[in-house]
Amino acid sequence: MIGILRIAYKLLVNDKGKFAALLMGLTFSVFLMIQMTSMFAGLMKKASATVTNTGAKMWVLDPAVTNVQSAIPLPDYLLDAVRSIEGVKYAVPLYSGGALVRLKDGTYQPVTVLGLDDTSLYGRPQLLEGKIEDIYAENGFVVVKDEEYSKLENPRMGTEFELNDNRGVIVGTAKVPASGLFGIPTLYTTFNRAVQYIPSMRYTISFILVEPQSMADVGRIQQAVARLGYDALTERGLIDRITDWYIYHTGLGTNLLLMTAIAFLVGLSISGQTFYTFVLENIDKFGALKAIGAKGRELVAMIFFQATLTGIIGYGLGVGLCALLIALARLRLPDYASIITYGNLIFAFAMVLVISAFSGYIAVRKVLRIDPYDIFRG
Amino acid sequence: MAPIAIRAQGLTKCFGHGDVKTYAVRDVSFEAHFREILYIVGPSGSGKTTLLSIISGILRPDTGRVLVEDTDVWSLKENALAEFRLHKIGFVFQDYHLFPNLTTVENVAIPLVLKRQAWHDATREALKYLEVVGLGARANLNPNRLSGGEQQRVAIARALASGPDLMIFDEPTASLDGDTGRKIVEFVKREVLSEHRCIVVVTHDDRIYEFADRILHMEDGRLLDGKGKADA
Repeated sequence: MIGILRIAYKLLVNDKGKFAALLMGLTFSVFLMIQMTSMFAGLMKKASATVTNTGAKMWVLDPAVTNVQSAIPLPDYLLDAVRSIEGVKYAVPLYSGGALVRLKDGTYQPVTVLGLDDTSLYGRPQLLEGKIEDIYAENGFVVVKDEEYSKLENPRMGTEFELNDNRGVIVGTAKVPASGLFGIPTLYTTFNRAVQYIPSMRYTISFILVEPQSMADVGRIQQAVARLGYDALTERGLIDRITDWYIYHTGLGTNLLLMTAIAFLVGLSISGQTFYTFVLENIDKFGALKAIGAKGRELVAMIFFQATLTGIIGYGLGVGLCALLIALARLRLPDYASIITYGNLIFAFAMVLVISAFSGYIAVRKVLRIDPYDIFRG
Repeated sequence: MAPIAIRAQGLTKCFGHGDVKTYAVRDVSFEAHFREILYIVGPSGSGKTTLLSIISGILRPDTGRVLVEDTDVWSLKENALAEFRLHKIGFVFQDYHLFPNLTTVENVAIPLVLKRQAWHDATREALKYLEVVGLGARANLNPNRLSGGEQQRVAIARALASGPDLMIFDEPTASLDGDTGRKIVEFVKREVLSEHRCIVVVTHDDRIYEFADRILHMEDGRLLDGKGKADA
């Protein structure tokens, strides 16, 4: 069978024009599919940045909350109630809100302020400079050194700034796994200082971060929190809720899905059409092979091998092209929201297999119907 | 006389139904022997190609049977029939049907590859057949860089490569000029015909009749002498 596949390979690659057309169609299709899905994955990673950066196993929040930016403050008694649930190792408050930093030239820069539990500093970032205990110092803030850092005019240790008419001092710089979606810098401080500096409603806790005693307690904690009228979500659960919100309530998901579907259909039609034409142009040759003694299953193997090989090469080129584009974009836009995940790769590969199977199928139908007698008749 | 290679008995094949029913081959019986070049001649539409297709295991007759050596060709199932064609029959098509994207030697190696020979063994053996037809030096060229006569010889080499008992030539001179056509058929008679091989040629080119051992005339699907006696 290897020899037959070798013939199939040579028939395919030696027809350079058709082969190039097939590859271009598939590469373009894979490129578009991966680009769309990786852009979506990048956006979702950024949208869930606070969740992943904090690293809490469970989050307690108002059921109406759909993303971290639109937190609905929780009553203080809820924190005590959660702490008393069986299976909770500890629970701490987290403040998440927006503020304005006044820059030297008098303009204002919006920032995200995360207020960590004063006692434990649970959810603190990894420091690049400074000591975490300095966050307790008067007006102490830790600034995240990400792509948005420069928007605060690259503050150094000890830099003073004005935040909502309050004095602030940089006591540390930190790095986090992901920066936020909206392109604004992030400052960490203590929960109490955040509440003090940023105007808030009667309730001040944005989220309650929970550490269960074991993962087996998660279900029990969720049920108990639900009885209190709130949601307790795992980290994954909260990321899924945020993702679902962007997919179903912002139009973003629909548009990306549409573009991905179009990319798939472009690949399907170009590849299917070109491959069918390729087979049609060689139909007399396949008929001759059949007359000489090739069996139906050997012809089927040849065609599916050609379709699959083209698909795999096109897939590799498409992935490579997409990775190159993302790398080039990041040279110019360090915060470019696009990441190629294993999920994207598997999805695109599955789609390529569908395209290859479809192309192979329509070609095989034609080839299996050839009557070698037609070859004699000319 | 050499043993019988082909025995065709009562072959009939018609196409269409009702008013448009046409008999392409009608009650044809004949025999062909090893070491014989048998011509089937006749005007266009007389049923020559249909008859050729039936005896080579490509087109199933409506009635009658074909014995190649002792094999009842049309009693074979599809895969066995493909195997039979691969091992017993060598085809030289009118338009050659060479793969333009394979080299000459790769084209010749196709039957060997279909017989499951390893690629390198197949191409090495194919080269020998190319040398038999005098094209060893052109092994690595693509067929479209060869002349019509050379392409015909490549097609012959490919047919020879399967080591067939029966070789089928469909209008072997139709695409060639008179001189080249004669040379090709002369070559076939000299180099291809052997003790264990029978050659059946369908043609209406009377310039090559002299190379036939026997000629069967067909018209309207019938053999003119009824039994297919030699009249060359």
